[in-house]
Amino acid sequence: MITFDNVNKRYPSGQDALGRVSLEIERAEMVFLTGRSGAGKSTLLKLLTAIERPSRGTILVSGHNLNRLRNSQIPYYRRNLGIVFQNHQLLFDRSVFDNVALPLSVAGCNRRELGRRVRAALDKVGLLQREKQNPIVLSGGEQQRVGIARAVVNKPRLLVADEPTGNLDPQLSAEVMQLFRQFNAVGVTVLVASHDLKLIARMGCRVLSLEAGHLIFDGVPDRDFAKGPA
Amino acid sequence: MTSTSRNSSRPAAEARARKNGAVTIRARSLDRLYSWGWHHRQMAIEAWQRFFTTPMANGMTVLMIAIALALPAALQLGLANFQRAVAGWEGQPQLSVFLHKRASEAAVQTFADKLRLDPSVAEVTYISPQQALTEFQHSSKLGDALASMEINPLPAVLLLLPRNNDRDNLVALAERVNSTALVDSVVVDIAWVQRLAQLTTLGQRLSIGLAMLLALGVLLVVVNSIRLHIENRREEILVAKLVGATDAFVRRPFLYTGFCYGLFGGLLAWLLITVAITLLSGPVRGLASLYDSGFTLQGPDLGDLLSLGAGAGLLGLLGAWLAVARHISAIQPR
Ligand SMILES: Nc1ncnc2c1ncn2[C@@H]1O[C@H](COP(=O)(O)OP(=O)(O)OP(=O)(O)O)[C@@H](O)[C@H]1O
Ligand SMILES: [Mg+2]
Repeated sequence: MITFDNVNKRYPSGQDALGRVSLEIERAEMVFLTGRSGAGKSTLLKLLTAIERPSRGTILVSGHNLNRLRNSQIPYYRRNLGIVFQNHQLLFDRSVFDNVALPLSVAGCNRRELGRRVRAALDKVGLLQREKQNPIVLSGGEQQRVGIARAVVNKPRLLVADEPTGNLDPQLSAEVMQLFRQFNAVGVTVLVASHDLKLIARMGCRVLSLEAGHLIFDGVPDRDFAKGPA
Repeated sequence: MTSTSRNSSRPAAEARARKNGAVTIRARSLDRLYSWGWHHRQMAIEAWQRFFTTPMANGMTVLMIAIALALPAALQLGLANFQRAVAGWEGQPQLSVFLHKRASEAAVQTFADKLRLDPSVAEVTYISPQQALTEFQHSSKLGDALASMEINPLPAVLLLLPRNNDRDNLVALAERVNSTALVDSVVVDIAWVQRLAQLTTLGQRLSIGLAMLLALGVLLVVVNSIRLHIENRREEILVAKLVGATDAFVRRPFLYTGFCYGLFGGLLAWLLITVAITLLSGPVRGLASLYDSGFTLQGPDLGDLLSLGAGAGLLGLLGAWLAVARHISAIQPR
Protein backbone atom coordinates (compact mmCIF):
# COMPACT_ATOMS: atom_id res chain seq x y z
CA MET A 1 0.00 0.00 0.00
CA ILE A 2 2.73 2.47 1.01
CA THR A 3 6.33 2.32 -0.14
CA PHE A 4 9.07 4.79 0.81
CA ASP A 5 12.25 4.24 -1.16
CA ASN A 6 15.29 6.15 0.05
CA VAL A 7 13.25 9.23 0.83
CA ASN A 8 15.04 12.42 1.80
CA LYS A 9 13.41 15.62 2.88
CA ARG A 10 15.30 18.84 3.21
CA TYR A 11 13.23 21.93 4.01
CA PRO A 12 13.99 25.14 2.13
CA SER A 13 15.59 26.39 5.35
CA GLY A 14 18.28 23.73 4.85
CA GLN A 15 16.97 21.56 7.68
CA ASP A 16 17.32 17.85 6.89
CA ALA A 17 14.14 16.35 8.36
CA LEU A 18 14.32 12.88 6.83
CA GLY A 19 17.32 10.97 5.50
CA ARG A 20 17.29 7.77 3.42
CA VAL A 21 14.01 6.48 4.82
CA SER A 22 12.83 3.24 3.22
CA LEU A 23 9.77 1.40 4.45
CA GLU A 24 6.87 -0.69 3.33
CA ILE A 25 3.36 -0.77 4.81
CA GLU A 26 0.94 -3.45 3.68
CA ARG A 27 -2.75 -3.04 2.99
CA ALA A 28 -4.91 -3.17 6.16
CA GLU A 29 -1.89 -2.87 8.47
CA MET A 30 -1.95 -0.73 11.60
CA VAL A 31 1.38 0.96 12.19
CA PHE A 32 2.64 3.46 14.78
CA LEU A 33 5.26 6.04 14.04
CA THR A 34 7.27 7.22 17.00
CA GLY A 35 10.36 9.19 17.91
CA ARG A 36 11.45 12.20 19.90
CA SER A 37 10.25 15.68 19.14
CA GLY A 38 11.84 16.85 15.91
CA ALA A 39 12.63 13.31 14.77
CA GLY A 40 10.62 13.82 11.58
CA LYS A 41 7.29 12.10 12.29
CA SER A 42 5.15 14.97 11.06
CA THR A 43 7.41 15.41 8.07
CA LEU A 44 6.88 11.79 7.05
CA LEU A 45 3.11 12.19 7.31
CA LYS A 46 3.24 15.47 5.36
CA LEU A 47 5.03 13.68 2.55
CA LEU A 48 2.39 10.98 2.60
CA THR A 49 -0.45 13.51 2.43
CA ALA A 50 1.26 15.52 -0.32
CA ILE A 51 1.53 18.58 1.90
CA GLU A 52 5.26 18.46 1.28
CA ARG A 53 7.20 16.84 -1.53
CA PRO A 54 10.29 14.67 -1.03
CA SER A 55 13.68 16.14 -1.93
CA ARG A 56 14.91 12.74 -3.10
CA GLY A 57 13.57 9.21 -3.29
CA THR A 58 10.19 7.84 -4.30
CA ILE A 59 6.91 7.43 -2.46
CA LEU A 60 4.30 5.04 -3.81
CA VAL A 61 0.76 4.90 -2.43
CA SER A 62 -1.49 2.16 -3.87
CA GLY A 63 0.67 2.15 -6.98
CA HIS A 64 0.59 5.94 -7.49
CA ASN A 65 3.93 7.67 -7.52
CA LEU A 66 3.53 10.81 -5.42
CA ASN A 67 6.54 12.44 -7.07
CA ARG A 68 4.64 12.46 -10.35
CA LEU A 69 1.50 13.92 -8.81
CA ARG A 70 0.75 17.27 -10.43
CA ASN A 71 -0.46 20.08 -8.14
CA SER A 72 -3.86 19.95 -9.79
CA GLN A 73 -4.14 16.23 -8.96
CA ILE A 74 -3.36 16.62 -5.26
CA PRO A 75 -6.99 17.33 -4.23
CA TYR A 76 -8.14 14.12 -5.94
CA TYR A 77 -5.34 12.17 -4.25
CA ARG A 78 -6.28 13.56 -0.82
CA ARG A 79 -9.86 12.42 -1.27
CA ASN A 80 -8.54 8.88 -0.90
CA LEU A 81 -7.02 9.66 2.50
CA GLY A 82 -8.40 10.27 5.95
CA ILE A 83 -6.30 12.76 7.90
CA VAL A 84 -6.54 13.39 11.66
CA PHE A 85 -4.62 16.26 13.18
CA GLN A 86 -3.37 16.88 16.65
CA ASN A 87 -5.11 20.23 16.80
CA HIS A 88 -8.19 18.66 15.19
CA GLN A 89 -8.67 21.61 12.75
CA LEU A 90 -12.40 21.89 13.20
CA LEU A 91 -14.29 24.91 11.89
CA PHE A 92 -16.20 26.72 14.59
CA ASP A 93 -18.45 28.66 12.23
CA ARG A 94 -20.58 25.59 11.46
CA SER A 95 -22.20 22.59 13.07
CA VAL A 96 -20.63 19.24 13.85
CA PHE A 97 -22.60 17.80 10.94
CA ASP A 98 -21.22 20.34 8.47
CA ASN A 99 -17.68 19.81 9.73
CA VAL A 100 -17.91 16.10 9.11
CA ALA A 101 -19.64 16.66 5.76
CA LEU A 102 -16.83 18.85 4.40
CA PRO A 103 -14.83 16.09 2.63
CA LEU A 104 -18.03 14.90 0.96
CA SER A 105 -19.23 18.32 -0.22
CA VAL A 106 -15.75 19.02 -1.49
CA ALA A 107 -15.92 15.84 -3.58
CA GLY A 108 -19.36 16.73 -4.94
CA CYS A 109 -21.32 14.03 -3.14
CA ASN A 110 -25.08 14.25 -3.58
CA ARG A 111 -27.29 15.35 -0.68
CA ARG A 112 -28.94 12.08 0.25
CA GLU A 113 -25.72 10.08 0.21
CA LEU A 114 -24.01 12.84 2.19
CA GLY A 115 -26.54 12.84 5.03
CA ARG A 116 -26.44 9.07 5.27
CA ARG A 117 -22.65 8.88 5.39
CA VAL A 118 -22.18 11.76 7.84
CA ARG A 119 -24.63 10.17 10.28
CA ALA A 120 -22.92 6.79 9.88
CA ALA A 121 -19.53 8.36 10.67
CA LEU A 122 -20.89 10.31 13.66
CA ASP A 123 -22.58 7.17 14.90
CA LYS A 124 -19.27 5.29 14.77
CA VAL A 125 -17.57 7.86 17.02
CA GLY A 126 -20.65 8.03 19.28
CA LEU A 127 -21.61 11.64 18.58
CA LEU A 128 -24.78 11.22 16.58
CA GLN A 129 -26.86 13.26 19.05
CA ARG A 130 -24.47 16.20 18.82
CA GLU A 131 -24.68 16.71 15.06
CA LYS A 132 -26.51 20.05 15.26
CA GLN A 133 -24.20 21.57 17.87
CA ASN A 134 -21.24 23.80 17.25
CA PRO A 135 -17.99 21.89 17.90
CA ILE A 136 -16.88 24.69 20.23
CA VAL A 137 -19.24 23.42 22.94
CA LEU A 138 -17.69 19.93 22.82
CA SER A 139 -14.92 18.66 25.09
CA GLY A 140 -11.40 18.07 23.75
CA GLY A 141 -11.98 14.35 23.37
CA GLU A 142 -15.30 14.88 21.63
CA GLN A 143 -13.72 17.39 19.26
CA GLN A 144 -11.02 14.88 18.44
CA ARG A 145 -13.70 12.29 17.69
CA VAL A 146 -15.44 14.75 15.35
CA GLY A 147 -12.08 15.10 13.61
CA ILE A 148 -11.90 11.34 13.27
CA ALA A 149 -15.45 11.15 11.92
CA ARG A 150 -14.47 13.72 9.32
CA ALA A 151 -11.40 11.68 8.40
CA VAL A 152 -13.35 8.47 7.85
CA VAL A 153 -16.54 9.89 6.35
CA ASN A 154 -15.46 9.24 2.78
CA LYS A 155 -14.39 5.67 3.59
CA PRO A 156 -10.67 6.11 2.97
CA ARG A 157 -8.43 3.09 2.44
CA LEU A 158 -5.68 4.89 4.34
CA LEU A 159 -6.07 6.75 7.62
CA VAL A 160 -3.23 9.00 8.75
CA ALA A 161 -3.14 10.57 12.21
CA ASP A 162 -0.56 12.98 13.62
CA GLU A 163 -0.50 12.88 17.45
CA PRO A 164 -4.28 12.32 17.66
CA THR A 165 -4.07 11.86 21.43
CA GLY A 166 -1.64 14.66 22.18
CA ASN A 167 -4.19 16.71 24.13
CA LEU A 168 -6.15 13.88 25.71
CA ASP A 169 -6.02 12.15 29.09
CA PRO A 170 -5.01 8.43 29.14
CA GLN A 171 -8.61 7.24 29.25
CA LEU A 172 -9.66 9.29 26.20
CA SER A 173 -6.45 8.38 24.40
CA ALA A 174 -7.23 4.72 24.83
CA GLU A 175 -10.76 5.30 23.48
CA VAL A 176 -9.41 7.08 20.39
CA MET A 177 -6.92 4.26 19.79
CA GLN A 178 -9.75 1.78 20.11
CA LEU A 179 -11.60 3.66 17.38
CA PHE A 180 -8.60 3.42 15.09
CA ARG A 181 -8.39 -0.28 15.77
CA GLN A 182 -12.04 -0.67 14.76
CA PHE A 183 -11.42 1.01 11.43
CA ASN A 184 -8.35 -1.14 10.95
CA ALA A 185 -10.46 -4.22 11.62
CA VAL A 186 -12.62 -3.43 8.57
CA GLY A 187 -9.59 -3.20 6.28
CA VAL A 188 -8.44 0.42 6.59
CA THR A 189 -4.67 0.92 6.63
CA VAL A 190 -3.87 3.06 9.68
CA LEU A 191 -0.69 5.05 10.33
CA VAL A 192 -0.52 6.94 13.63
CA ALA A 193 2.31 9.21 14.75
CA SER A 194 2.59 9.40 18.52
CA HIS A 195 5.15 9.65 21.30
CA ASP A 196 2.92 8.01 23.87
CA LEU A 197 5.16 4.94 24.15
CA LYS A 198 3.11 3.27 26.90
CA LEU A 199 -0.04 3.42 24.86
CA ILE A 200 1.76 2.14 21.75
CA ALA A 201 3.27 -0.77 23.64
CA ARG A 202 -0.18 -1.81 24.86
CA MET A 203 -1.57 -1.84 21.32
CA GLY A 204 0.80 -4.58 20.22
CA CYS A 205 1.12 -3.22 16.68
CA ARG A 206 4.05 -2.71 14.38
CA VAL A 207 6.11 0.35 15.29
CA LEU A 208 8.39 2.53 13.16
CA SER A 209 10.87 4.58 15.17
CA LEU A 210 12.56 7.68 13.85
CA GLU A 211 15.58 9.43 15.25
CA ALA A 212 16.93 12.60 13.69
CA GLY A 213 15.25 11.74 10.42
CA HIS A 214 16.48 8.15 10.20
CA LEU A 215 14.48 4.97 10.64
CA ILE A 216 16.09 3.18 13.60
CA PHE A 217 13.50 0.57 14.51
CA ASP A 218 10.86 -1.36 12.57
CA GLY A 219 8.92 -4.19 14.19
CA VAL A 220 6.58 -5.20 16.97
CA PRO A 221 8.18 -4.02 20.21
CA ASP A 222 8.61 -6.18 23.32
CA ARG A 223 7.40 -5.24 26.78
CA ASP A 224 10.41 -3.05 27.59
CA PHE A 225 9.63 -0.77 24.66
CA ALA A 226 7.89 1.80 26.82
CA LYS A 227 11.16 2.47 28.63
CA GLY A 228 12.60 3.87 25.40
CA PRO A 229 13.42 2.66 21.89
CA ALA A 230 16.43 0.43 21.32
CA MET B 1 -21.69 4.41 -7.91
CA THR B 2 -20.83 7.89 -6.79
CA SER B 3 -17.87 10.05 -7.54
CA THR B 4 -16.76 9.78 -3.96
CA SER B 5 -16.43 6.01 -3.88
CA ARG B 6 -13.15 5.15 -2.22
CA ASN B 7 -13.08 1.59 -3.37
CA SER B 8 -11.11 2.20 -6.49
CA SER B 9 -8.49 4.43 -7.93
CA ARG B 10 -9.74 6.48 -10.83
CA PRO B 11 -8.45 4.39 -13.76
CA ALA B 12 -9.99 1.29 -12.24
CA ALA B 13 -13.31 3.02 -11.78
CA GLU B 14 -13.26 4.19 -15.36
CA ALA B 15 -12.50 0.69 -16.60
CA ARG B 16 -15.44 -0.63 -14.61
CA ALA B 17 -17.70 2.09 -15.96
CA ARG B 18 -16.65 1.17 -19.49
CA LYS B 19 -17.49 -2.44 -18.86
CA ASN B 20 -20.94 -1.52 -17.57
CA GLY B 21 -21.63 0.43 -20.71
CA ALA B 22 -22.47 3.95 -21.66
CA VAL B 23 -25.47 4.20 -19.34
CA THR B 24 -23.29 4.08 -16.24
CA ILE B 25 -20.93 6.69 -17.58
CA ARG B 26 -23.82 8.99 -18.39
CA ALA B 27 -25.50 8.44 -15.09
CA ARG B 28 -22.25 9.17 -13.36
CA SER B 29 -21.46 12.33 -15.23
CA LEU B 30 -25.06 13.47 -14.81
CA ASP B 31 -24.66 12.88 -11.11
CA ARG B 32 -21.51 14.97 -11.14
CA LEU B 33 -23.11 17.69 -13.16
CA TYR B 34 -26.01 17.69 -10.75
CA SER B 35 -23.81 18.04 -7.67
CA TRP B 36 -21.72 20.68 -9.44
CA GLY B 37 -24.86 22.65 -10.16
CA TRP B 38 -26.01 22.07 -6.64
CA HIS B 39 -22.77 23.47 -5.24
CA HIS B 40 -23.07 26.54 -7.45
CA ARG B 41 -26.60 27.15 -6.22
CA GLN B 42 -25.47 26.60 -2.66
CA MET B 43 -22.59 29.06 -3.05
CA ALA B 44 -24.90 31.67 -4.59
CA ILE B 45 -27.30 31.34 -1.67
CA GLU B 46 -24.42 31.43 0.79
CA ALA B 47 -22.89 34.52 -0.81
CA TRP B 48 -26.30 36.18 -0.50
CA GLN B 49 -26.62 35.18 3.17
CA ARG B 50 -23.06 36.13 4.04
CA PHE B 51 -23.74 39.49 2.49
CA PHE B 52 -26.30 40.25 5.18
CA THR B 53 -24.31 38.85 8.11
CA THR B 54 -22.07 41.93 8.01
CA PRO B 55 -24.47 44.50 6.56
CA MET B 56 -22.45 47.56 7.59
CA ALA B 57 -19.14 46.59 5.99
CA ASN B 58 -20.75 45.14 2.89
CA GLY B 59 -23.17 48.04 2.61
CA MET B 60 -20.25 50.49 2.64
CA THR B 61 -18.47 48.57 -0.06
CA VAL B 62 -21.59 48.48 -2.21
CA LEU B 63 -22.23 52.19 -1.66
CA MET B 64 -18.66 52.96 -2.66
CA ILE B 65 -19.09 50.95 -5.84
CA ALA B 66 -22.48 52.55 -6.50
CA ILE B 67 -21.11 56.09 -6.23
CA ALA B 68 -18.15 55.28 -8.44
CA LEU B 69 -20.53 53.89 -11.07
CA ALA B 70 -23.18 56.59 -10.70
CA LEU B 71 -20.79 59.46 -11.51
CA PRO B 72 -19.88 58.50 -15.09
CA ALA B 73 -23.35 57.09 -15.72
CA ALA B 74 -24.93 60.38 -14.64
CA LEU B 75 -22.51 62.34 -16.82
CA GLN B 76 -23.39 60.14 -19.78
CA LEU B 77 -27.07 60.62 -19.12
CA GLY B 78 -26.60 64.38 -18.76
CA LEU B 79 -24.85 64.48 -22.14
CA ALA B 80 -27.64 62.51 -23.76
CA ASN B 81 -30.18 64.96 -22.34
CA PHE B 82 -28.11 67.94 -23.47
CA GLN B 83 -27.92 66.54 -26.99
CA ARG B 84 -31.66 66.03 -26.99
CA ALA B 85 -32.21 69.60 -25.79
CA VAL B 86 -30.13 71.17 -28.55
CA ALA B 87 -31.22 68.72 -31.25
CA GLY B 88 -33.74 71.29 -32.58
CA TRP B 89 -31.08 73.81 -33.62
CA GLU B 90 -28.14 71.68 -34.28
CA GLY B 91 -27.49 70.56 -37.82
CA GLN B 92 -29.41 73.43 -39.40
CA PRO B 93 -26.75 75.97 -40.25
CA GLN B 94 -27.93 78.50 -42.75
CA LEU B 95 -26.24 80.80 -45.22
CA SER B 96 -27.26 84.46 -45.17
CA VAL B 97 -26.54 85.91 -48.61
CA PHE B 98 -26.45 89.73 -48.56
CA LEU B 99 -27.03 91.20 -51.98
CA HIS B 100 -25.69 94.42 -53.43
CA LYS B 101 -27.84 97.42 -52.65
CA ARG B 102 -28.09 98.29 -56.31
CA ALA B 103 -29.27 94.90 -57.49
CA SER B 104 -32.63 95.12 -59.22
CA GLU B 105 -35.62 93.25 -57.86
CA ALA B 106 -35.96 91.22 -61.08
CA ALA B 107 -32.31 90.20 -61.12
CA VAL B 108 -32.58 89.08 -57.52
CA GLN B 109 -35.66 86.97 -58.29
CA THR B 110 -33.88 85.25 -61.23
CA PHE B 111 -30.89 84.61 -59.01
CA ALA B 112 -33.13 83.13 -56.30
CA ASP B 113 -34.85 80.88 -58.87
CA LYS B 114 -31.47 79.73 -60.12
CA LEU B 115 -30.43 78.88 -56.57
CA ARG B 116 -33.67 76.92 -56.04
CA LEU B 117 -32.59 74.62 -58.87
CA ASP B 118 -29.14 74.14 -57.31
CA PRO B 119 -28.85 70.53 -56.10
CA SER B 120 -26.95 71.51 -52.95
CA VAL B 121 -29.59 74.00 -51.79
CA ALA B 122 -32.68 72.75 -49.98
CA GLU B 123 -34.60 75.96 -49.50
CA VAL B 124 -34.31 79.59 -50.47
CA THR B 125 -36.11 82.36 -48.61
CA TYR B 126 -36.11 85.85 -50.07
CA ILE B 127 -36.28 88.77 -47.69
CA SER B 128 -36.73 92.08 -49.48
CA PRO B 129 -35.19 95.23 -48.00
CA GLN B 130 -38.69 96.36 -47.06
CA GLN B 131 -39.43 93.09 -45.20
CA ALA B 132 -36.07 93.26 -43.50
CA LEU B 133 -36.83 96.75 -42.31
CA THR B 134 -40.25 95.79 -40.93
CA GLU B 135 -38.81 92.80 -39.11
CA PHE B 136 -36.03 94.91 -37.73
CA GLN B 137 -38.47 97.53 -36.51
CA HIS B 138 -40.48 94.87 -34.74
CA SER B 139 -37.60 93.31 -32.95
CA SER B 140 -35.50 96.33 -32.09
CA LYS B 141 -35.89 99.79 -30.66
CA LEU B 142 -33.44 100.96 -33.27
CA GLY B 143 -36.29 100.47 -35.73
CA ASP B 144 -37.63 103.95 -34.93
CA ALA B 145 -34.28 105.47 -35.78
CA LEU B 146 -34.31 103.60 -39.09
CA ALA B 147 -37.83 104.69 -39.89
CA SER B 148 -36.79 108.29 -39.63
CA MET B 149 -34.14 107.74 -42.28
CA GLU B 150 -35.08 108.61 -45.78
CA ILE B 151 -33.70 105.61 -47.53
CA ASN B 152 -33.75 102.00 -46.35
CA PRO B 153 -30.14 101.07 -45.52
CA LEU B 154 -30.85 97.34 -45.42
CA PRO B 155 -29.94 95.11 -48.35
CA ALA B 156 -32.04 92.29 -49.76
CA VAL B 157 -31.16 88.97 -48.18
CA LEU B 158 -31.46 85.37 -49.38
CA LEU B 159 -31.53 82.72 -46.64
CA LEU B 160 -30.20 79.40 -47.93
CA LEU B 161 -30.76 76.10 -46.19
CA PRO B 162 -28.13 73.74 -47.52
CA ARG B 163 -29.00 70.13 -48.27
CA ASN B 164 -25.75 68.86 -46.82
CA ASN B 165 -24.54 70.21 -43.49
CA ASP B 166 -20.94 69.17 -43.39
CA ARG B 167 -18.40 71.90 -43.11
CA ASP B 168 -16.58 71.49 -46.44
CA ASN B 169 -19.83 71.50 -48.33
CA LEU B 170 -20.99 74.68 -46.58
CA VAL B 171 -17.75 76.49 -47.32
CA ALA B 172 -17.81 75.41 -50.96
CA LEU B 173 -21.40 76.55 -51.39
CA ALA B 174 -20.64 79.88 -49.69
CA GLU B 175 -17.70 80.49 -52.02
CA ARG B 176 -19.70 79.59 -55.11
CA VAL B 177 -22.51 81.96 -54.16
CA ASN B 178 -20.09 84.69 -53.17
CA SER B 179 -18.49 84.66 -56.62
CA THR B 180 -21.74 85.86 -58.20
CA ALA B 181 -21.71 89.55 -59.14
CA LEU B 182 -25.00 90.25 -57.38
CA VAL B 183 -23.71 89.09 -54.01
CA ASP B 184 -22.12 91.45 -51.57
CA SER B 185 -21.22 88.99 -48.82
CA VAL B 186 -22.13 85.57 -47.44
CA VAL B 187 -22.29 84.74 -43.73
CA VAL B 188 -22.17 81.10 -42.70
CA ASP B 189 -23.61 80.33 -39.26
CA ILE B 190 -21.49 77.32 -38.49
CA ALA B 191 -19.08 78.42 -35.84
CA TRP B 192 -21.43 77.73 -32.94
CA VAL B 193 -22.59 74.46 -34.47
CA GLN B 194 -19.01 73.33 -34.52
CA ARG B 195 -18.42 74.59 -31.03
CA LEU B 196 -21.42 72.64 -29.83
CA ALA B 197 -20.27 69.46 -31.57
CA GLN B 198 -16.80 69.83 -30.13
CA LEU B 199 -18.20 70.45 -26.68
CA THR B 200 -20.28 67.30 -26.92
CA THR B 201 -17.29 65.25 -28.09
CA LEU B 202 -15.23 66.67 -25.24
CA GLY B 203 -17.97 65.76 -22.77
CA GLN B 204 -18.15 62.25 -24.15
CA ARG B 205 -14.39 61.77 -23.97
CA LEU B 206 -14.38 63.07 -20.42
CA SER B 207 -17.16 60.74 -19.37
CA ILE B 208 -15.44 57.74 -20.99
CA GLY B 209 -12.16 58.64 -19.31
CA LEU B 210 -13.91 59.12 -15.99
CA ALA B 211 -15.81 55.86 -16.47
CA MET B 212 -12.59 53.93 -17.06
CA LEU B 213 -10.87 55.51 -14.10
CA LEU B 214 -13.79 54.80 -11.80
CA ALA B 215 -14.21 51.27 -13.17
CA LEU B 216 -10.61 50.72 -12.15
CA GLY B 217 -11.55 52.11 -8.74
CA VAL B 218 -14.46 49.69 -8.48
CA LEU B 219 -12.14 46.85 -9.44
CA LEU B 220 -9.70 47.80 -6.69
CA VAL B 221 -12.47 48.09 -4.11
CA VAL B 222 -13.69 44.59 -5.00
CA VAL B 223 -10.19 43.11 -5.06
CA ASN B 224 -9.50 44.54 -1.63
CA SER B 225 -12.79 43.41 -0.08
CA ILE B 226 -12.40 39.90 -1.48
CA ARG B 227 -8.84 39.79 -0.20
CA LEU B 228 -10.17 40.56 3.28
CA HIS B 229 -12.83 37.87 2.91
CA ILE B 230 -10.16 35.35 1.93
CA GLU B 231 -8.02 36.36 4.90
CA ASN B 232 -11.00 35.91 7.22
CA ARG B 233 -11.72 32.45 5.90
CA ARG B 234 -8.12 31.31 5.73
CA GLU B 235 -8.68 28.54 8.26
CA GLU B 236 -11.60 27.16 6.33
CA ILE B 237 -9.67 27.23 3.06
CA LEU B 238 -6.80 25.32 4.64
CA VAL B 239 -9.06 22.61 6.03
CA ALA B 240 -11.01 22.32 2.78
CA LYS B 241 -7.78 21.89 0.84
CA LEU B 242 -6.60 19.24 3.28
CA VAL B 243 -9.72 17.18 2.73
CA GLY B 244 -9.39 17.41 -1.04
CA ALA B 245 -10.97 20.67 -2.20
CA THR B 246 -9.79 21.85 -5.60
CA ASP B 247 -8.86 25.49 -6.10
CA ALA B 248 -11.98 25.91 -8.21
CA PHE B 249 -14.14 24.72 -5.32
CA VAL B 250 -12.47 27.10 -2.88
CA ARG B 251 -12.67 30.02 -5.33
CA ARG B 252 -16.38 29.67 -6.01
CA PRO B 253 -17.89 31.45 -2.96
CA PHE B 254 -15.54 34.41 -3.40
CA LEU B 255 -16.43 34.77 -7.06
CA TYR B 256 -20.08 34.85 -6.12
CA THR B 257 -19.42 37.44 -3.43
CA GLY B 258 -17.55 39.62 -5.93
CA PHE B 259 -20.40 39.30 -8.39
CA CYS B 260 -22.86 40.29 -5.64
CA TYR B 261 -20.83 43.39 -4.80
CA GLY B 262 -20.81 44.48 -8.42
CA LEU B 263 -24.46 43.66 -9.05
CA PHE B 264 -25.75 45.41 -5.94
CA GLY B 265 -23.45 48.37 -6.61
CA GLY B 266 -24.77 48.66 -10.15
CA LEU B 267 -28.40 48.47 -9.08
CA LEU B 268 -27.85 51.03 -6.34
CA ALA B 269 -26.09 53.33 -8.82
CA TRP B 270 -29.15 53.15 -11.05
CA LEU B 271 -31.36 53.97 -8.09
CA LEU B 272 -29.18 56.96 -7.13
CA ILE B 273 -29.37 58.38 -10.65
CA THR B 274 -33.11 57.81 -10.86
CA VAL B 275 -33.68 59.64 -7.59
CA ALA B 276 -31.42 62.51 -8.68
CA ILE B 277 -33.23 62.84 -12.02
CA THR B 278 -36.60 62.80 -10.30
CA LEU B 279 -35.48 65.60 -7.98
CA LEU B 280 -34.10 67.66 -10.90
CA SER B 281 -36.89 67.11 -13.40
CA GLY B 282 -39.27 69.63 -11.80
CA PRO B 283 -36.89 72.61 -11.92
CA VAL B 284 -35.69 71.63 -15.40
CA ARG B 285 -39.23 71.54 -16.73
CA GLY B 286 -39.82 74.99 -15.22
CA LEU B 287 -36.65 76.32 -16.84
CA ALA B 288 -37.55 74.82 -20.21
CA SER B 289 -41.00 76.35 -20.15
CA LEU B 290 -39.38 79.80 -19.69
CA TYR B 291 -37.69 79.21 -23.04
CA ASP B 292 -40.93 78.00 -24.63
CA SER B 293 -39.61 74.48 -24.83
CA GLY B 294 -41.39 71.27 -23.90
CA PHE B 295 -38.09 69.69 -22.90
CA THR B 296 -38.15 67.24 -19.99
CA LEU B 297 -35.25 65.37 -18.41
CA GLN B 298 -35.07 61.75 -19.37
CA GLY B 299 -34.04 59.39 -16.54
CA PRO B 300 -32.29 56.03 -16.92
CA ASP B 301 -34.53 53.34 -18.40
CA LEU B 302 -34.82 49.60 -17.88
CA GLY B 303 -32.11 48.96 -20.47
CA ASP B 304 -29.74 51.12 -18.42
CA LEU B 305 -30.71 49.16 -15.31
CA LEU B 306 -29.86 45.89 -17.05
CA SER B 307 -26.58 47.09 -18.52
CA LEU B 308 -25.50 48.79 -15.27
CA GLY B 309 -26.34 45.68 -13.25
CA ALA B 310 -24.73 43.24 -15.67
CA GLY B 311 -21.69 45.42 -16.35
CA ALA B 312 -21.07 46.06 -12.67
CA GLY B 313 -21.65 42.38 -11.87
CA LEU B 314 -19.02 41.38 -14.41
CA LEU B 315 -16.67 44.02 -13.02
CA GLY B 316 -17.18 42.55 -9.53
CA LEU B 317 -16.57 39.06 -10.87
CA LEU B 318 -13.37 40.23 -12.55
CA GLY B 319 -12.18 41.89 -9.33
CA ALA B 320 -12.94 38.76 -7.32
CA TRP B 321 -11.11 36.70 -9.92
CA LEU B 322 -8.03 38.88 -9.64
CA ALA B 323 -8.12 38.57 -5.84
CA VAL B 324 -8.57 34.78 -5.73
CA ALA B 325 -5.99 34.20 -8.46
CA ARG B 326 -3.44 35.98 -6.29
CA HIS B 327 -4.40 34.77 -2.84
CA ILE B 328 -6.10 31.37 -2.92
CA SER B 329 -3.32 29.32 -4.42
CA ALA B 330 -0.95 30.92 -1.91
CA ILE B 331 -2.91 29.36 0.96
CA GLN B 332 -1.52 25.85 1.24
CA PRO B 333 -1.47 23.51 4.23
CA ARG B 334 1.95 23.35 5.89
N1 LIG C 1 8.25 23.80 7.53
C1 LIG C 1 9.46 23.55 8.02
N2 LIG C 1 10.52 24.27 7.63
C2 LIG C 1 11.75 24.03 8.09
N3 LIG C 1 12.04 23.05 8.97
C3 LIG C 1 11.04 22.28 9.39
C4 LIG C 1 9.70 22.48 8.96
N4 LIG C 1 8.91 21.56 9.54
C5 LIG C 1 9.72 20.82 10.31
N5 LIG C 1 10.99 21.25 10.22
C6 LIG C 1 12.13 20.66 10.91
O1 LIG C 1 12.22 19.29 10.54
C7 LIG C 1 12.51 18.51 11.67
C8 LIG C 1 11.46 17.44 11.86
O2 LIG C 1 10.25 18.08 12.20
P1 LIG C 1 8.88 17.31 12.42
O3 LIG C 1 7.82 18.31 12.59
O4 LIG C 1 8.74 16.31 11.35
O5 LIG C 1 9.17 16.58 13.81
P2 LIG C 1 8.20 15.71 14.68
O6 LIG C 1 8.84 14.37 14.80
O7 LIG C 1 6.83 15.74 14.14
O8 LIG C 1 8.25 16.45 16.06
P3 LIG C 1 7.08 16.65 17.15
O9 LIG C 1 6.98 15.39 17.92
O10 LIG C 1 7.56 17.78 18.01
O11 LIG C 1 5.84 16.98 16.42
C9 LIG C 1 12.62 19.44 12.86
O12 LIG C 1 13.98 19.67 13.12
C10 LIG C 1 11.94 20.71 12.41
O13 LIG C 1 12.61 21.82 12.93
MG1 LIG D 1 4.96 16.50 14.79
